[in-house]
Amino acid sequence: MQQRKTMRAGDQPWVKWSLIALAMITTMLMLVIPLILIFDMALSAGAGTYWDNLTNRYTQHAIGLTLLVAALTVPINLVFGIFLAWLVTRFEFPGRKALITLIDIPFAVSPVVAGLLYLLLYGSNGWLGSWLMDRDVQLMFSWPGIVMVTVFVTCPFVARELIPLMQQQGREEEEAGVVLGATGWQLFRRVTLPNIQWALLYGVVLTNARAVGEFGAVSVVSGNIRGETNTLSLHVELLYQDYNVVGAFASASLLAGIALLTIVVKSFVEWRQARQRAPLDDLSDSR
Amino acid sequence: MSISIEGISKHFGSFQALRDISLDVPDGQLVGLLGPSGSGKTTLLRIIAGLETADEGRILFQGEDVTRLHVRERRVGFVFQHYALFRHMTVAQNVAFGLDVLPARERPPAAEIRKRVQMLLEMVQLGHLAQRYPVQLSGGQKQRIALARALSMKPQILLLDEPFGALDAKVRKDLRRWLRALHEEFHFTSVFVTHDQEEALELSDQVAVMSAGNIEQVDSPQKLYAQPSSRFVFDFLGQVNVFAGEVEEQVLRQGEAWVRLPQPPQAQALQLYMRSHEVHLQTMPAAHAHLPLRIDSISLVGAEVRLELSPIGWESEEPWEIGITHAQFNSWQPSRGDQCYAAPQVSHAIAQGADAPETIRWQAGEMDDPAAMI
Repeated sequence: MQQRKTMRAGDQPWVKWSLIALAMITTMLMLVIPLILIFDMALSAGAGTYWDNLTNRYTQHAIGLTLLVAALTVPINLVFGIFLAWLVTRFEFPGRKALITLIDIPFAVSPVVAGLLYLLLYGSNGWLGSWLMDRDVQLMFSWPGIVMVTVFVTCPFVARELIPLMQQQGREEEEAGVVLGATGWQLFRRVTLPNIQWALLYGVVLTNARAVGEFGAVSVVSGNIRGETNTLSLHVELLYQDYNVVGAFASASLLAGIALLTIVVKSFVEWRQARQRAPLDDLSDSR
Repeated sequence: MSISIEGISKHFGSFQALRDISLDVPDGQLVGLLGPSGSGKTTLLRIIAGLETADEGRILFQGEDVTRLHVRERRVGFVFQHYALFRHMTVAQNVAFGLDVLPARERPPAAEIRKRVQMLLEMVQLGHLAQRYPVQLSGGQKQRIALARALSMKPQILLLDEPFGALDAKVRKDLRRWLRALHEEFHFTSVFVTHDQEEALELSDQVAVMSAGNIEQVDSPQKLYAQPSSRFVFDFLGQVNVFAGEVEEQVLRQGEAWVRLPQPPQAQALQLYMRSHEVHLQTMPAAHAHLPLRIDSISLVGAEVRLELSPIGWESEEPWEIGITHAQFNSWQPSRGDQCYAAPQVSHAIAQGADAPETIRWQAGEMDDPAAMI
């Protein structure tokens, strides 16, 4: 027996299929083809040249510096993000709302502007920078400056992930823990952390992706010294300006690879988060 | 372990949640804090537990000042309104938590913890759910796990915040009975918060009625119901019928209705409060009262027949509600729209501007002949 379903808007096959086609074409043109082109260009002079380009001294240094920046930025913002989220969701104090808004500043400000601000403040002519200069500390145009702006640009990611979740979960579980005699660290380890772990990992993945790929702010404060203050993103630009297109794309393919890996990890974390939020209902009758 | 609350005050910003509260909870008693939302009852409970600090005042456990003692050190059991079970732990892990976080030298060996958890779960009759997660439990089951967890550290004081608030009527009744039994068995001192007057009256040895940060009255349920000390307590505890009128010598009058008082009152205007069981219904006016009423609805469900009535020729803010026995109902056979008369036996008079009620009793001779009664 055939049942006729009531038609809703968009139920006509031609609407559906033209929308799907439009989405597919856009995705191909905007995302997939450029991504393939990166690898195509990188390998256009053969695998040998590709390998040479990647093992080039300057490229190696750029990879190392990028990894160093990420390795410092991620833990710093992990700790900072947890503290900040804990602070604004577990305590009431004047200026709490303002602080939550302030967290978003790095998102709102263009990274180039952020870089310039740091340059003005910590550069050799800046009022903090000149004081540091007298004491032989140079932050700008060297790796500490790169780490500083990267930390600034990526600092909202972890806090932004945690704040809504911790707000929604409330403090009752922690109160229950402390009534039962748990110390501050035990509370964090056994109650808070397991509840936020997936959101935390998600924040870390985003922080890492941005730290590796950051260009604008870093380009202002790095000074682009090849083999010294060149991160991978800056290296791509430098090679391209040297008309070494294949080399530029070889380095770009590394960044694209990291991006793809990030997406895979991110999807996995999202899947786990969704599972945690609506968990186990289907298991309730399994015993 | 007895609890003494001495002169506790608490502000949240400019809002005063508690005003100079004092209350004694004797060892082994079950005391209910009853009040509407915003009356400060939960804040008081949290201050007793140490989850909130008071601006002023002291908390003593068994005569010992614990005001400055950290929550962790107070060793009370606390059952949260929304259970607050650790969602990522199994039921068994939840119940074991308190034992697991003990410092290594005080912590019992793992096998003993397991045994104790199993025992606690058997006590709440949920031993078979040990490996489940909180999301897989019903509200009543969560509540019982929360209780087992709170009792895991063998506290001498158990505090419960709206323990049965979110449960349906049947489960609630079971849990109440069961908590009462548990209390008899373990002899802890408990304080629980509720806005449900029936729950407070049924469960408690003593009830403290709170409103706007004050304790209005502390008494046994029987006394609280029979002799409320203020208008607020009267209104808050159960249905009440009110007759307001002007005093003319010994008679309180409003419109066509009047009540003759045993003694001439001092005040010019009075409100008479009467509980449903303190008023009789008759087919003819009584000698001491003329309160004509029309029957609006009849409810036959329950131990007695409840009639909802509206005044004829006088006014009342709320409709009157009076209960009669099924036997009376069967012999009288009233129907909706019928007229009848109220005859107060006992009444609580509140003079205009005053707060404390004064109980009035009519002697048999002052009322009319029993023949008129239904």
